[in-house]
Amino acid sequence: MTGIVPLAAGPSPLWYATRAGGTVALVLLTATVALGIAVGGRYTPRRLARFEVSALHRNLAVLTLAFLAVHIVTAILDTFVHLGWLVTVVPFTASYRPLWLGLGTVAFDLLLAVAATSAIRLRMGQRRWKTVHWLAYAAWPVALFHAAGTGTDTRLTLQLALYAACVALVVAAVWWRLYRAGPGRVAMRLWTGVTAAAVPVVLTAFLSSGPLQPGWAHRASGPAPAATGAVHPAPAPTDDAGGSE
Amino acid sequence: MSGTHSLGIDRIACDGYGLCAELLPELVELDEWGYPIVGSAPLTGQALGHARRAVAACPALALRLDRAQHRAPDRQSPQRT
Repeated sequence: MTGIVPLAAGPSPLWYATRAGGTVALVLLTATVALGIAVGGRYTPRRLARFEVSALHRNLAVLTLAFLAVHIVTAILDTFVHLGWLVTVVPFTASYRPLWLGLGTVAFDLLLAVAATSAIRLRMGQRRWKTVHWLAYAAWPVALFHAAGTGTDTRLTLQLALYAACVALVVAAVWWRLYRAGPGRVAMRLWTGVTAAAVPVVLTAFLSSGPLQPGWAHRASGPAPAATGAVHPAPAPTDDAGGSE
Repeated sequence: MSGTHSLGIDRIACDGYGLCAELLPELVELDEWGYPIVGSAPLTGQALGHARRAVAACPALALRLDRAQHRAPDRQSPQRT
C-alpha cells in the first residue's frame, strides 16, 4: 500500500488548504464549545447582552461548519491521498489511516446532527433538541484526537501549543461552569470535572506514545485496530501456543 | 396576518434567562426575579418580526407566538354543527 504516490511530487495547494481548514475548524469548534459550556448556565456577562453571547455561539458554530466544509472538500479533491465522498459521512471506511480519519468523520457526523436539530429547534421541542445537542460534547474530543492522530502538523511545536491552548480553554470552561453551578447533582458534577481533566492527560499520553514517536506515519496508515480485531482469524493464537515447544 | 399574533410564555419552561427582554424591551419587562412579563396586545408589522426572532432566541423555548383571540369564533363554529 505504501508508495502509491511518489512523495517527490510534493503536496498540492489543496493539501495545505486541508491542513489550514482543519486547524481553523478545530480552533473555531473549541471556541464554540467553550463558549457554550461557559454561558450554558445562568451566567450573565456584564458588558455583553445574553443574546449577543448566544448569537456569537451560533455564528461560531456556523463558521466551524464552513471551515469543516473546506477541510473535507479539499481533502477529497486532493490527489495525494485517495478518498471517496463516502468517507465524509461513513466513518472508518477510508483507505488512508482509516481509524484516525474515521474519528474526523464521526465528529463531522455528530456536528451535522447538532446543526440540523438546531435549525429545526422550534419544531423539535426543547428536550429533544437538547438531547441531541449534548453530542457536541462528544464531537470535540473526537475531533481533537482526529487532529492529533492524523494531523500533518501535529509534530510542530506551534501546533502542539495550539492543541494545548484548545484543551486548556475547554477544561477551564468546564471547571468554571461547575464552580458557578449551584448545589445538587454532586455525582454528575464530580464525574464531569474528572472527565474534563482526563482529556489533557489522555491526549498527552497518546501524543507521546503515538504521533510524536518515530514511525507514526507507518503505524497510523495500517488498518484500524477495531476493524482487524473483528475479522482476525481465531485459530492463530492457539497455533502460536502450541508451537512454543 | 397582521394583528393575529400575541406573545405568550410557558411559565414552566421559562428559566428567566432574560434574552426576550433584551431583544424586545418594548414588549417584555422583567419582574424582580428576572422572569418576563408580557402584554397580550396583538403584534403588527415590525414588532411581529422582532417577536419571531426573540422566540427563536429563547434558550428554554418558553417564549412563543400565540394566535390572538380574533380567531376564537372560527374555532367554535365547527363544534356547533
